[in-house]
Amino acid sequence: MLPQQIKAQLEKDRAADFESLEIARGDVAAYIKKESLVDLCRYLRDTPDLEFNFLSMITAVDFLSKRTKRFDVVYSLYSIPNHHRILLKVKLDEGEEIPSLTGLWDTANWQEREVYDMFGIKFSGHPDLRRILMDEDWVGFPQRKDFPLTYEQPEFSHNRGRTELLNRSQGVEPN
Amino acid sequence: MSDEVMILNIGPQHPATHGVLRVRLKLDGETIIEAEPIVGYLHTGIEKTMEAKTYTQALTMTDRMDYLAPMSNNLVYVMAVEKLMGVEVPERAQYIRVILTELTRINSHLVWLGTHATDIGAMTMFLYCFREREKIVKMYEFVSGVRMMSSYFRVGGLAKDVPAGFDRRVKEILDTFPAKIDEYESLLTENQIWKKRTIGVGKISAEEAIKSGLSGPLLRACGVNWDIRKANPYSSYDKFDFDVPLGRNGDTYDRYKCRVEEMRQSLRIVSQALDGLPEGPYITTDRKIAPPPKEEVLKNMEQLIHHFKIWVDGFCPPVGDVYHSIESPKGEIGCYIVSDGTKKPYRVHFRPPSFINISALNKLARGRMIADLIAIIGSTDIVLGEIDR
Repeated sequence: MLPQQIKAQLEKDRAADFESLEIARGDVAAYIKKESLVDLCRYLRDTPDLEFNFLSMITAVDFLSKRTKRFDVVYSLYSIPNHHRILLKVKLDEGEEIPSLTGLWDTANWQEREVYDMFGIKFSGHPDLRRILMDEDWVGFPQRKDFPLTYEQPEFSHNRGRTELLNRSQGVEPN
Repeated sequence: MSDEVMILNIGPQHPATHGVLRVRLKLDGETIIEAEPIVGYLHTGIEKTMEAKTYTQALTMTDRMDYLAPMSNNLVYVMAVEKLMGVEVPERAQYIRVILTELTRINSHLVWLGTHATDIGAMTMFLYCFREREKIVKMYEFVSGVRMMSSYFRVGGLAKDVPAGFDRRVKEILDTFPAKIDEYESLLTENQIWKKRTIGVGKISAEEAIKSGLSGPLLRACGVNWDIRKANPYSSYDKFDFDVPLGRNGDTYDRYKCRVEEMRQSLRIVSQALDGLPEGPYITTDRKIAPPPKEEVLKNMEQLIHHFKIWVDGFCPPVGDVYHSIESPKGEIGCYIVSDGTKKPYRVHFRPPSFINISALNKLARGRMIADLIAIIGSTDIVLGEIDR
């Protein structure tokens, strides 16, 4: 289906779920309401002509002070039979939770863990929300824009003295 | 004894895990009850680092993710930026990109085949594959000056035109490789030990594979016909004639067959692209994105200013975001870029195929033996640099 047709169908059937719906750079891109995320994804996956059966990517963006709602959680869905793509975005405040998509796609499991690890965004209903790339006792969320860049966390007991010295010399305190 | 579950850690320092992958196994005797991959040992914050670099500087980070397929990673990143800015790439650059990314696919598959076969005990394969891979790595050095971290593509085209003698060298590869691939096949395809170690091992159904987000040869081995080069052609792929090899059973053997056949198809694409290689500029003539040629800079004030502006300020894509994906040797590699209108990307995220493919390890390995796990990890073709970024 062409992006225009997808847009028209979504406007007709599910207009209430969207905050905005547009065609940006060849693909349909939309801001959707957080409450309708899971339901809308199920609709997109199971409706015959749309068939967005492949969850390509989940990630997040931190807008910090640029916007009132701090985070965007971004989903890219793809349809293997129809070769079309849609980009869904959800605006989130700091501390707000977002429903997990693990019930629909297993691949959401690790990708949501990465978003949690990097941004501290919690996914409600996720079966195993732990850090994935960073160490399990790491403090802070590295991809947030206010994560201190020069501060170094002591990772092992043997480098504790050195990193503390380094941090103090640069005048940075842990957040 | 039968209800006793043993926990066994394989890795992170283990030669058969292809890097610093750790797998925590729950075992009943030698049978795997659960295999949990644990990653992150190689996390270097590549996505974060890219936020502090200009768009051109950030390109060099992409090689360091999947260091066995540097050109594919370059390509997805530059194409995402091009999509963001709406840049037209000259046809010559598109063709050279295709030639090099297809050679990259062979390069990556050769390393996969060599290491995978060694894991299962076919040591000769490693030596053969690395012998041939050397020719492709030399090719990288020939065009970009670097053997692995090539960073040869640029937003709008290429860093420079290919040197004289490029055709001859590619032809040499095209002439010698088919016989070599036959040689690999003669060692493995009908080999009884190889078949016993791979057929039926690490099986997954098409439906489960899609749910788990598998892509690339792993998904095609299940019989799902999805290759982004065919489905959503980019960089002139629609002009070349090639087949997408499919498997049927979704096991380790079918993945092997798919990848070997993909190498042959890549050679077909390279040969067509080389024959049809058009003349013309190698990078866009938009001076706001690509620097002018040196001879113009030396003669013309306007071009000198452009030259300085490009290298001091870079370029600023419009505010917005974009997702672009291509078919890397490992599967769908995607790049999501958010621009805030400055010269540095506000956020870059990669959809790493290795990361998502290995997340399904438990589904592939459950119920099999430990020895099968080694074959299964090999067949997923992961690169830890890309998983951990």
